[in-house]
Amino acid sequence: MAEILVLVDHTDGAVRKTTLELLTLARRLGEPSAVFLGPGADTATEALGRYGARKIYVVDAPEVQEFLVTPAVDALTAIAAGAAPAAILLPSDPDAKETAARLALRLGSGLVTDAVDVTAGPDGPVTEQSAFAATYQVTAHVTEGVPVITVKPNAVAPEAAPVTPVVEKPDVVFGPASAAVRVLSRTPRERGDRPELTEADIVVSGGRGVNGAENFAVIERVADALGAAVGASRAAVDAGWYPHSHQVGQTGTQVSPQLYLAAGISGAIQHRAGMQTSKTIVAVNKDADAPLFELADYGVVGDLFQVLPQLVEEIERRRS
Amino acid sequence: MKHVPDAGADRTFTEDGTTDRESADSLLSELDEYAVEQALRIAESGVDAEISYLTVGPEDARDALRKALAMGGDSAIHVSDEDIEGSDAFGTSLVLSRAIERHGFDLVLCGMASTDGTMGVVPALLAERLGVPAVTHVEELTVEGGTVSGRREGDSATVRIDAALPAVVSVTDRSGDARYPSFKGIMAAKKKPVETLDLADLGIAPAQVGRGGARSAVDTATRRPARTKGEIVADDGTGGTALAAFLTARKFV
Repeated sequence: MAEILVLVDHTDGAVRKTTLELLTLARRLGEPSAVFLGPGADTATEALGRYGARKIYVVDAPEVQEFLVTPAVDALTAIAAGAAPAAILLPSDPDAKETAARLALRLGSGLVTDAVDVTAGPDGPVTEQSAFAATYQVTAHVTEGVPVITVKPNAVAPEAAPVTPVVEKPDVVFGPASAAVRVLSRTPRERGDRPELTEADIVVSGGRGVNGAENFAVIERVADALGAAVGASRAAVDAGWYPHSHQVGQTGTQVSPQLYLAAGISGAIQHRAGMQTSKTIVAVNKDADAPLFELADYGVVGDLFQVLPQLVEEIERRRS
Repeated sequence: MKHVPDAGADRTFTEDGTTDRESADSLLSELDEYAVEQALRIAESGVDAEISYLTVGPEDARDALRKALAMGGDSAIHVSDEDIEGSDAFGTSLVLSRAIERHGFDLVLCGMASTDGTMGVVPALLAERLGVPAVTHVEELTVEGGTVSGRREGDSATVRIDAALPAVVSVTDRSGDARYPSFKGIMAAKKKPVETLDLADLGIAPAQVGRGGARSAVDTATRRPARTKGEIVADDGTGGTALAAFLTARKFV
């Protein structure tokens, strides 16, 4: 079986769930090999092996940390030359998408970004994507070279398939272009106890109707009662009520959770593009004509400051 | 910049899986307006700058150039050739990079993605083809003394980056609101030069671009069934309790 390269997304060896999803998808196409760039490979080995990575290519050169994107492209190009993979899977975050694009250009390969599913087909991997604010479902395949595919979070539930990985440390020669974009500083975002927006099964979002930064506590209480991540509409973020990192929408984070609960969000097209593929959608809004009600599986026309505290109370009552 | 179908309108695919440009009114991609704005701000900051806009697309893509020229700037280049139709990001970036090389540049500014394809990879592909650094997805941009620097907000960290010019930069929708063209700007734009180029001018063979040059193919494009509107209740004082019951029935509680 041919190798499938999977670029590992991690922070100092802590592997993100999206990587386990990629390994799970890779097993449909061949034998997964993880490509681990940067420090912390020892920490990651167990998790990568548990989800089926038979091989781990480790490149822990300073270039990977000090410069943006291009060192990763150099590493993946070198590894792909040696492994002759049948496909290369990467996450769909901005850095990885750029890495994927440059890699595909260098390899003479086709590229598909933002896949929500990948399956084996007669001519290689078949991808599924959402288009035009999720009003279309598109299937596609790469027609040239080794397919390079970026995959969005929550495309598949991670399934364990334990193996003991072989670790390889390939030599990578970094080209002069690798030192082009310097990373001057990297300030990690503070992590609360809530799940990450992209990975969460449930997302509770607030919008213009929340009407103030301090009022977002109402949204956070619902999120905590449901074990959910907190999201915000662009209007709420632009008003400075909640950090940009929580913005759900076409230009923010695109989410596809099991449940999306939107409070005080009317549902502009850009917001709908970022959440329309959620499995179950619930809307709470004073305005009965809010476009989001058109998508909602369940909607409450009412004041979120009345509805949400009562919801939290009832959830707690049902749990006790 | 890109001339795209209005994101607020109903957009469709043609039978061969490319964007149907007839079905909805097209306009300058909203995300590219932020790049125009940043170019104008750089010029206004005292840097000796000449701003040229570049688009690839059919005849009516000139409308996008006119919109940008009405906001400010000096001239525009319109690459139009029917063989380009159906190009993927590789074909598009080839055409753009040749036109940029032909014109000469210190800084290529792009929006973070188009509002139709939304891949967001053309800036990186341009940098790769032009052999220059890519400073992408920045929401704060400074050009000073031959260096471009910016701040980007990632999923897990805020990162500050810099690179030497010449470079390709892409800016997000948080880089600063784009200005509206003034009446004077609209009138002035009519007199600004727009150069038209085709593939032959750029030394590109038709087979390198268009549907034939694309490295991936759409197999199916299916309209999702519209989400059926669910149960909408008016809060009569028990809305929260009723919502909890719904969430419990769906096993979220």
